[in-house]
Amino acid sequence: MSETRSVRGRTREEMARRVAQDIADGSYVNLGIGIPELVARFVPEGRELVYHTENGLLGMGPSPEPGDGDPELINAGKRHVTANPGAAFFHQSDSFAMIRGGHLDLCVLGALQVAQNGDLANWSTGEPDAIPAVGGAMDLVAGVKAIYVITQHCTKQGEPKLVESCTYPLTGAGVVNRVYTDLAVIDITREGFRLVELSPGVDFDFVQDRTAAPLLPVPESCPTK
Amino acid sequence: MIDKRARSPFEALEDVRDGATVMVGGFGEAGSPIELIHALIDQGATDLTIVSNNCGSGEVGLAALLKAGRVAKVICSFPRTANSTVFPELYRSGRTKLELVPQGTLAEPHPGGRRAGIPAFYTPTAVGTPLAEGKEQREFDGRRYVLEHGLRADLTIIKGKRADSHGNVVYNKTARNFGPIMAMAGTITVVQVEEVVEPGSIDPETVVTPGIFVDRVVEVASPALESALVAAGAAYP
Repeated sequence: MSETRSVRGRTREEMARRVAQDIADGSYVNLGIGIPELVARFVPEGRELVYHTENGLLGMGPSPEPGDGDPELINAGKRHVTANPGAAFFHQSDSFAMIRGGHLDLCVLGALQVAQNGDLANWSTGEPDAIPAVGGAMDLVAGVKAIYVITQHCTKQGEPKLVESCTYPLTGAGVVNRVYTDLAVIDITREGFRLVELSPGVDFDFVQDRTAAPLLPVPESCPTK
Repeated sequence: MIDKRARSPFEALEDVRDGATVMVGGFGEAGSPIELIHALIDQGATDLTIVSNNCGSGEVGLAALLKAGRVAKVICSFPRTANSTVFPELYRSGRTKLELVPQGTLAEPHPGGRRAGIPAFYTPTAVGTPLAEGKEQREFDGRRYVLEHGLRADLTIIKGKRADSHGNVVYNKTARNFGPIMAMAGTITVVQVEEVVEPGSIDPETVVTPGIFVDRVVEVASPALESALVAAGAAYP
């Protein structure tokens, strides 16, 4: 399975570009660490987004040139960033009031598993030897208006990440709105996973075979972009 | 005459007792009061409970305090970070306990927990997850919330950019993070800053932490950078 995956579907950058297309002008957005961070590179021209990083900055800009970084100007991934014109610094309580209070429009996160009812597991595999760490993930999924997940459709071992119910400890229950994978864009609906769009070169059965829960078809046709 | 200046980090911490709960500011190295943490190592208090977002890296700062065997328990949201080896070892061998708390709950002793007169609060965060198990829950407007108790501390140590001798503090960029919150939660709050100035030198409109929350300020003109120390392979003491 992993061999075919490498030649079919979207790359990480293409996944990030696809997510970026769906973010409205003027949105306040929090991007998780990893693939979600790539989304900022692909925002279509003419749209202005304001990036929130939960350690205390709205209006986060791109990484500085090597050597120009300020160790006291970092993002949630502890990487050096910049502050755009119009930026604001604030303390943690204000930052999480923005998050829990529904002031942010969108959060894009990675996932270990997403269930058909929108449950998300992305902080722990529950293994006894693992060091548990949660950071702001549970706050983000509890409070941000829309939660998009960006993830490979399957693990490196070929296990589906879209499942009937999560086997890993939850980050939040019923919180995910939409999933962008290398193979498809899928909405979480009351009826379960519903296909929005297939990646180029991928058909419905190919995605269903790699999804561990029923996948509902796109209501009319299956456009590919 | 109000003058909260201490002459050195060591002097600012000389009365810390064994078994104390200590809040330590910082998100990664931004805002980590590294000289105060090192002074706490020198001071010798042990069996501490540390409240902090992370657990330090390398063998300096918080990681050095852990390595010195002074910490019985950490209350933390994200204990593993790059170059963090001390805490994982202590955790796996059972020598240091961990209470994992979502970052927003750590940040919402609203703000300052019992020291702000608010003993507990309801949050939607962690409902339906293992971190809410065993905690009281209640529904408001059709949604479930979990009751969390505000944290308090015998001692808070944080880092600012500048303070006056009344303890009014301003911070630097994202190093502000937990400072203003933890300052409210400490029975004793100690702030290290690069510059201590005379009252009136900081515009009252720009004060972030009002001096009433601060007991001692200590000037550390050129604070060490955790990442630079780790890159140099430094260990404290």
